[in-house]
Amino acid sequence: MKKLNIVILSSIFLVLLFVLGIYLYKTQQAKNLDFMARENASIFVRDYSQTLGSDDAKVYLIKFSDPACETCSAFHPFVKKLMAVNPGKIKLVLRYAPFHDGSDYFVKILEAAKKQGKYWETLDIMYRTQGHWASHNNPQPQLIWRFLPRAGLDLDRIRKDMNDPEIEKIIKQDLADAETLNVRKTPGFFVNGKPLASFGYQQLQNLVESEINEKY
Amino acid sequence: MTDSERTSSSNWTIIFLCWIIAAVSTLGSLFFSEIMEFAPCALCWYQRIFMFPLVLIFLAGLFPSDKNIIKYALPLALIGWGFAFYHYLLYSGFIPESIQPCSQGVSCSQTYLDLFGFLTIPMLSLISFSTIIVLLFILKRKISK
Repeated sequence: MKKLNIVILSSIFLVLLFVLGIYLYKTQQAKNLDFMARENASIFVRDYSQTLGSDDAKVYLIKFSDPACETCSAFHPFVKKLMAVNPGKIKLVLRYAPFHDGSDYFVKILEAAKKQGKYWETLDIMYRTQGHWASHNNPQPQLIWRFLPRAGLDLDRIRKDMNDPEIEKIIKQDLADAETLNVRKTPGFFVNGKPLASFGYQQLQNLVESEINEKY
Repeated sequence: MTDSERTSSSNWTIIFLCWIIAAVSTLGSLFFSEIMEFAPCALCWYQRIFMFPLVLIFLAGLFPSDKNIIKYALPLALIGWGFAFYHYLLYSGFIPESIQPCSQGVSCSQTYLDLFGFLTIPMLSLISFSTIIVLLFILKRKISK
């Protein structure tokens, strides 16, 4: 039947066009980011950015994250494991993309904890207890204060330090960089400026490993 | 080819064109949201609701060529056109932002894409719905002749 063939061929053509579009768009994106990584590395790592791992590491893993985001929390131990498996080779850079309503609040607590030298401890506690204070249908941000003492924090100091206008600036700058880098969902990963093209644990591991193989 | 065969063949072509437009619009909007990761605003969702099913409706109307397609497709296309037109007015600033319905979440008036300096996403939607409606009216006139 001739008409049927026309429709089938058109369908195939449209789908191929779609796939080609995906390919072209992703290549173009990768090129743009590569350019930015070389020309303007500070988009990925700001001076104030919190980092973990050796300064000699040649693989920079940039994570745009939100303390209230479940997937960020789920990825946290995985990233730590990746770093433990490749000691000294990976440097984790944590950037903020507080897309959830009211997430700024938690970023402020985190930045205040930095002043007490308990940044990563606090982040661990936050992610571990996230289900209690960041549930989507019933967020109760105040509950977080119950868990913070576990990180060994001076809560009175946190309450004072978290209102520092500098933190507001950090959040703004990170959000601006996230927009430049096209991060619209969290966590957003970049490895040495290369974006995680398709999202997943295995994909992240592959990207990190391919960068390690290239640099070491 | 007899006259009636010729008419039925050109009727089929009109439905086929409608299907192509609906399919291109659907894939295009999916490309914007899934690949380019533009979050669809509330108005975009309403337009999608009326565009996506048209792909299947027109496809069903092609085999065999079904004149009743107008009855099923035109209401969807008209309502979709309404949303697209409203969105277009909002986008181009004819309706002030203060009365737009989607102030929370994704803004409906934020410009994501500006092809060749004048083609925006709501405009593409308006063009698609308008063309489908015009084609359906042409089909209607041809059938009633």
